[in-house]
Amino acid sequence: MDISNLFKICIKALLNNKTRCFLTMLGIIIGVAAVIAMLAIGNGSKQSIRNEIGQMGSNMIMVSPGNGQFGGVRQSASSMQTLKLADYEAIVKQASYVDKITPTVQASGQAIKGSNNTPTTIYGVNDQYLDIRGYKIASGTCFTDSDILHAAKVCVAGQTVVDELFPDQDPIGQTIRFNQIPMKIVGVLEAKGYNSMGMDQDDLLIAPYTTVQKRILAINYIQGITCSALSEEYTDQAIDEITRIIQTNHDIKIGQENDFNVRSQQEMMETLSSVMDMLTMLLAAVAGISLVVGGIGIMNIMYVSVTERTREIGLRMSIGAKGRQILLQFLIESIIISVAGGVIGVLLGIVAAKVISLFGMATAVSTFSIVLSFLVCVFTGIFFGWYPARKAASLNPIDALRYE
Amino acid sequence: MNEIIRLEQIKREFLVGDEVVKALRGVSFTIGEGEFVTIMGTSGSGKSTLLNILGCLDVATSGEYFLDGIPVRQMSKNDRATLRNRKIGFIFQNYNLLPKTTSIENVELPLMYNRDVSHAERRQRAIAALQEVGLGDRLTHKSNQLSGGQMQRVAIARALVNNPVIILADEATGNLDSRTSYEVLALFQRLHREGRTIIFVTHNPELAHFSSRTITLRDGRITSDTRNTHIESAEAVLASLPKEED
Repeated sequence: MDISNLFKICIKALLNNKTRCFLTMLGIIIGVAAVIAMLAIGNGSKQSIRNEIGQMGSNMIMVSPGNGQFGGVRQSASSMQTLKLADYEAIVKQASYVDKITPTVQASGQAIKGSNNTPTTIYGVNDQYLDIRGYKIASGTCFTDSDILHAAKVCVAGQTVVDELFPDQDPIGQTIRFNQIPMKIVGVLEAKGYNSMGMDQDDLLIAPYTTVQKRILAINYIQGITCSALSEEYTDQAIDEITRIIQTNHDIKIGQENDFNVRSQQEMMETLSSVMDMLTMLLAAVAGISLVVGGIGIMNIMYVSVTERTREIGLRMSIGAKGRQILLQFLIESIIISVAGGVIGVLLGIVAAKVISLFGMATAVSTFSIVLSFLVCVFTGIFFGWYPARKAASLNPIDALRYE
Repeated sequence: MNEIIRLEQIKREFLVGDEVVKALRGVSFTIGEGEFVTIMGTSGSGKSTLLNILGCLDVATSGEYFLDGIPVRQMSKNDRATLRNRKIGFIFQNYNLLPKTTSIENVELPLMYNRDVSHAERRQRAIAALQEVGLGDRLTHKSNQLSGGQMQRVAIARALVNNPVIILADEATGNLDSRTSYEVLALFQRLHREGRTIIFVTHNPELAHFSSRTITLRDGRITSDTRNTHIESAEAVLASLPKEED
């Protein structure tokens, strides 16, 4: 007997007991739908966190001075003077995995315009900083290379600063004072809002790094280098490359401690992702338990079915069915129940995820979760169908025929 | 006359607890092609055990059984299943039809387990078998829509469909009223006339008159094996019965 005949027999047997068949499936349907929906919620929240970090620049790499020791005393990163403009230039020249790059210096202070004033931070960077951090110019322009060259007293203002200093005025072309230095506003940034750490990303001024270095801080070193890798995947290579370049530049021998740190936004993202992953697994595990319960439901029903159809099994054996064919018949029946339940469950799970997302929770159904729950279904069918099927196949035809 | 069944000193013992129960104590006979044999015996005579062995559902403790020339005792379980599928047609007292299943599908069942038979041939042979038992107009009726006599005729069609060398009927009229019993017996007689080999197992001595040979069992031994010189016609009995009141 070929498999297609067996399938016909199984489908016939299942259709003879539609209600029972459906109720058995229900266990699997709910289990699978729950797994899909839970994984979708987990994935959705993970993705929304990733997006948020991505807005800050997911491929962003930060170089900061560090681990400097003067006479055995460790110094704080901000007071380190180990990073020079030469390091920045070396990376620009040599690195192949780095896309955008800017030196950074920063100063806190009070920005004043007329009778308005606000405390803020001024970042000294070049124009690539906007791309790296994902800032956009809302109006006006950014400063130019020539501004950097001449340490021009120009700046781009964040929305928060603009709101504080220019409640009802166009800020472009106006001059403000930052720590007594007059600065002309040439552009205004698009608002970015708060980041996931609760920091206002619009409370800043951006100026040429030379301006901040020379006119505000009066220093000749830089406080950091911020750059972006070609893409997220190249982040690790870019970190290695940058580390090597600066090591060479600083003449650091193997085994010696680096006097700088290279960190990526990616690391932060991974930390957050791993928390979400754990949460997702927890949700999926709870849903998985219901899938197992559904599987036990299948075993239960198949068991009853074998007992109830003992005479039929005896008849089939007496007209020439081999034990193997009886085993396959019951196994296929339970696989059909679980797989059909799985398919319906997947559809229901996708619908559930959509409905949940209507309530404002981010969801994302992954192909992985569909494939996983489908495979689990097939496995459930085989695993829980095996024992009753074995019982059916091992029946003695004589006893089975006389079974009342 | 071709030999279909040959039993040589068949013994069958069961172990019940510590006791050995001897169900068959050395049974030998041969049945040729085209015979209609009644095997008779009271309960406990061993006739069910003998039927199981003849039907290749059970194997003898000792002795040999040849079915259509093939020795059965040393066969594996799977080979015996195939042998049942190709050579034997079973008919049971309680019909054993699949519930909620049409006549055609019930009759097709033995052919489903024979991979040499195509779908089209299976259907066509099932229809032919049902027509042969007079149910050409009940092909798509489900088993719960049929009367007892009709159900048994579906079961007979199922036993015929694989063209077996032997038809084994176990109390085939046991669940039927007398009129329907005679109808079924008449059908058996017709099949016999057409050359089928039939073994009919019963405890009812009256039924022995309709077959060509009667083997009587008692306590696991054959007590008599006689050929019927005067075979009663079931058709004639049927005709003599008072007409059914509507």
